[in-house]
Amino acid sequence: MVNKNKKEDGQAMVIKNDELYSIARIANIDFALRDPNTARLIINKDRVIEAKTVEGLTVNSEGIKDGVKISIFLAPETKVENPVHLCFGVTHKKAIQRIVLDIEIGKNSQIVIFSHCVFPNAIDVKHIMDANIRIGKGAKYSYLERHVHSEEGGITVIPKSRIALKEGARLKTEFELLSGRVGKIDMDYETVSEKNSVMEMTAKIDGKGKDVIKIREVGNLVGEGSRGVLTSRVAVRDKASAEIYNKLVATAPYVRGHVDCKEIIQGDAVASAIPIVEVANPKARITHEASIGSVDAKQLQTLMSRGLTEEEATALIIEGLLG
Amino acid sequence: MAILEIKNLNLSLNGSLILSNVNISFSEGYIHAIVGPNGAGKTTLGYVIMGIEGFRNFDGDILFKGESIKNLNVTERARKGITLAWQEPARFEGLTVEKFIMSSARVKNPGIVREVLIKVGMEPEEYVNRAVDETLSGGERKKIELASILAMKPSLVILDEPDSGIDISSIENIFEAIKFLKSNGTTIILITHSLAVLRHAEQAFLLCNGCVLREGSVNEIIKYFGKKCLPCVHKNKPEEPEDFDLRTDEVKIK
Ligand SMILES: Nc1ncnc2c1ncn2[C@@H]1O[C@H](COP(=O)(O)OP(=O)(O)OP(=O)(O)O)[C@@H](O)[C@H]1O
Ligand SMILES: [Mg+2]
Repeated sequence: MVNKNKKEDGQAMVIKNDELYSIARIANIDFALRDPNTARLIINKDRVIEAKTVEGLTVNSEGIKDGVKISIFLAPETKVENPVHLCFGVTHKKAIQRIVLDIEIGKNSQIVIFSHCVFPNAIDVKHIMDANIRIGKGAKYSYLERHVHSEEGGITVIPKSRIALKEGARLKTEFELLSGRVGKIDMDYETVSEKNSVMEMTAKIDGKGKDVIKIREVGNLVGEGSRGVLTSRVAVRDKASAEIYNKLVATAPYVRGHVDCKEIIQGDAVASAIPIVEVANPKARITHEASIGSVDAKQLQTLMSRGLTEEEATALIIEGLLG
Repeated sequence: MAILEIKNLNLSLNGSLILSNVNISFSEGYIHAIVGPNGAGKTTLGYVIMGIEGFRNFDGDILFKGESIKNLNVTERARKGITLAWQEPARFEGLTVEKFIMSSARVKNPGIVREVLIKVGMEPEEYVNRAVDETLSGGERKKIELASILAMKPSLVILDEPDSGIDISSIENIFEAIKFLKSNGTTIILITHSLAVLRHAEQAFLLCNGCVLREGSVNEIIKYFGKKCLPCVHKNKPEEPEDFDLRTDEVKIK
């Protein structure tokens, strides 16, 4: 195990390992800590507490105010076999965490990154992420965010990503909240896609209490034959609110794109969806569908006719949608 | 003994009378069929029995095992043992076949999903982890819905066109499932247009324009339908039912 922190005495090491293992356990990645072939970088607030890399993958980190600046470089023609785990933990009740992330994926390389955001005790925690990602020609890059939040909802998550896809590159992003309350999320992802590249961005979020969900996803399909799909699945209840802004812009021939947004609202929740499609080439085609409403009546009545209560049926339908 | 009695039922939707003075008594443990032309009100009658939202406001009464269920909602009726398989089953994004069937199962033993899928002729390994969404064909969804009903073990089931979208090689699985339900004491109401399905029933009702035109054995209904309904030029606008001698000559189709 590589430890980049300052030398500590035996006692301190034990405490730190407790910290490491407790974060890893919550993120459900303890297995990764035991595997020498799995790269990982684990941060608690503004300290790197665990780092391990694999051949072809260079990871550098440096401290900044309230956070860590990370740069990741994957050499060209490199396939990273096991998913890489980035874990941004904040075990504190109150804290600000700033992450500046710079990722470059070399030509024809492949990598899957799981990004675990673990804020289990948060009462007032702010996680601000600023990512700049460049995916080389023919490279495949997946960035799968898995969030574990506290039940208090005292979390503000502000992730911003700017992603550039070179010719034939593939991008897949997913945002999922595995447990706890959303709190506030204000997501802002924008991509620029070159020729024949493929982009897929998916967000699935379940909001309750006073949660506030804002998603802004913009895909600029500028290269001939580039393709993109933006998918959002959001359920809000109580006094939660959701605002989904999805935009796809097609400026080259043979571009194909689709925006698919589904929001389920219950109680006093409020949701809005703004799908924008902009096509500036007659040979391009973008479609969109957006629906906001309560749970589909037929789905509900089907499950109720098997004996489920309305609440049980609704929960199962939403579980499927967000699962 | 009657398990379900429909008494003087009148139902209007958006101002038009859809079911008109319907009186039917379904005997317990039998396979009943409801036949009739498109738009006769068969599916609507199924919804009214199940208590589907929007079909609860009617005149008359429905008794299940002698007690009125008029004021019960869908869940309450289902918990009494009544269920419905839809003419066109719902699609559920992301909900797996396994979870869908398990949610219906009365006894949630782990083997049940496999067991009922095999009963409707589906390979469990191929389907359990798939979603009950548009990636399944219409026929596959019909079979999965039937499987969920087998898992539920209802006392009374309404099967709305159980054969629609089902290919010839799978139709026997549907009949097997119907027989299996009956052998477990389930009373079955088949809504159908198909002679093949109708022949599995023991008693039939002919519905036209929201009225029960005729009730009798399956053969009687087939004969009546052939003689009177097939040639009928005013579908769903029946003339006064007249006496009809079932022993007379064979069916003539215009
Ligand atoms: N919500 C509604 N408002 C008004 N009319 C309705 C409504 N729902 C159904 N109907 C009408 O009620 C009549 C009966 O419809 P129903 O679906 O019960 O027919 P069906 O006998 O099942 O026909 P099919 O054989 O085509 O399935 C039809 O004329 C239909 O148009
Ligand atoms: Mg019908």
